[in-house]
Amino acid sequence: MAMTDGNRSYSVRDMIKENKKKQSGQQFVEWLMPKLLLLTATISILTTIGILFTLLFETFIFFERVSIVEFLTSKEWLPWDGKTGSFGVAPLVTGTLLTTAIAMVVAIPIGLASAIYLSEYASEKARKVLKPILEVLAGIPTIVYGFFALTFVTPLLQKIIPNLGIFNALSPGIVMGIMIIPMVASLSEDAMSSVPNSIREGALGLGSTKLEVALKVVLPAATSGIAASFMLAISRAVGETMIVAVAGGSSPVFTFDVTKSIQTLTAYIVQVTTGDAGYGTTVYYSIYAVGMTLFVFTLAMNLLAQYISRRFREEY
Amino acid sequence: MEKLIDKQRVVQHMNGRLLRNNVLKFLFFLATLFGLIVLVVLLYRIFTQAIGWLNMDFLNNFPSRRPENAGIKAGLVGSLWLMVIVAPVSLILGVGTAIYLEEYAKKNRFTDFIQTNISNLAGVPSIVFGLLGLTLFVRELNLGRSILAAGLTMSLLVLPVIVVAAQEALRAVPNQLREASYGMGATKWQTIYRIVLPAAIPGILTGSILALSRAIGETAPLVVLGIPTFLAYLPRGILDTFTVMPMQIYNWTSRPQADFQNVAAAGIVVLLVVLIFMNSIAIFIRNKFQKRY
Repeated sequence: MAMTDGNRSYSVRDMIKENKKKQSGQQFVEWLMPKLLLLTATISILTTIGILFTLLFETFIFFERVSIVEFLTSKEWLPWDGKTGSFGVAPLVTGTLLTTAIAMVVAIPIGLASAIYLSEYASEKARKVLKPILEVLAGIPTIVYGFFALTFVTPLLQKIIPNLGIFNALSPGIVMGIMIIPMVASLSEDAMSSVPNSIREGALGLGSTKLEVALKVVLPAATSGIAASFMLAISRAVGETMIVAVAGGSSPVFTFDVTKSIQTLTAYIVQVTTGDAGYGTTVYYSIYAVGMTLFVFTLAMNLLAQYISRRFREEY
Repeated sequence: MEKLIDKQRVVQHMNGRLLRNNVLKFLFFLATLFGLIVLVVLLYRIFTQAIGWLNMDFLNNFPSRRPENAGIKAGLVGSLWLMVIVAPVSLILGVGTAIYLEEYAKKNRFTDFIQTNISNLAGVPSIVFGLLGLTLFVRELNLGRSILAAGLTMSLLVLPVIVVAAQEALRAVPNQLREASYGMGATKWQTIYRIVLPAAIPGILTGSILALSRAIGETAPLVVLGIPTFLAYLPRGILDTFTVMPMQIYNWTSRPQADFQNVAAAGIVVLLVVLIFMNSIAIFIRNKFQKRY
């Protein structure tokens, strides 16, 4: 049986045929899309592999020229000294640890106190206003913080500590801490907010003050989340570049004196790549060895953070 | 007989505890304010330093050895050029990955592996991405210090942020929509493309714009790539070399003449204005289009 519609005639058979044609096109798309999407998903894995390979490969070339023992044990980092230079990573590591430690001294107490305020004391309204404003701090480009450290914080500190150098570890450390406050506050607040209210009410019902609830009940219950946020904060501080490159100076000295100019792992990479260390020189390959050190450090902290929050998560 | 509860002692004791509560509450509040105070001081300092230097010349001039002639034009245009690469590349890769993980991937080891890998990538310092870009794009693929090399490096850097944002947006689309679509006879891809994706777009865009504004402010990877800070011409294609605002600011901060500090401040103001503009678009999209189901 055929239906006529103007000049064209449709038989059921034609319609089925046409539908089948359309469907085979559809089936192709249905088959293709997951594969294309999987391909995009593998890019992230390829990126990790790429990072690992470039770092390993070029670090290997570096260690063909400089012994790994010297790299790990020598306390002198003088890459431009003489023909061979001297490559002991310790001064860069101490510089990094120094600024990171200062940043943590600033970020952890203030961040945690903010988290307690936002999660336990602030009204819903106040939290809605305060949290986004606090997070603006995290969105400011690090070069701006570097400028702020160099032109405002350092001169201010020099009034208190007269022998503070123009470049020092203290000022970038403090500013880095300020930058990290929102991260600690936000992640710790998430951890504390997920502690169920029934537990708070139980403690309040026994006559605790809000402070006692916060410090003796909520804080211990949220320990894993809070510890994970500290690990991520440390990792962030170790990897931070522009603040220390601008305000920390470029003196790789093995020191724990915060008033002196230092150099961090990241700042060294910046110094070499802005200068003109020729391709293929030992100095050129040294940035990969330093980058590898940095990568291992931060990866360890990140994995530790993931492990802590997974392993010790309290289920309610 | 000894009293079971000595009311006076309880009251006395209670006062101390309440006092401690109030004092610490105030301290916690101060700590929260501390960040805001620093933010205000920072902005105030930069604006007062920049005020005399911000004018049309500053926007229209190329860099110069004399601070009064220095301008940010090369960086401003360069930052826009960077977006030409970063926006499409990171969006396609990021949203594609998110759709795969949320809609197609089965719960197995491989999916877990991709997911863990993405959160680890998010924690890799940006300067390490610079080293990857230097080796892979600048040297191995011979792209030189071009917009393309820098754009690809930056795309990989912001990829994890976009993936996570897009995943959250996709997860927020309720299952009833998908079921209704299947019920009408739509196929899986049709459902994703016509129903799920449009519903998730506001969330995806909000996250992506925030990621892109991060890319605009990043300096470290570009320093490692060797992007120049001093360019007196504009790029004409994606294989040309270029400079961006943060690089120019970095250059100005490291110059000895005092006046260049003011130029740097002026540059920072322009950079912040661009970032605030992008952030307000993100907030606008979130408020305007975010539906609740």
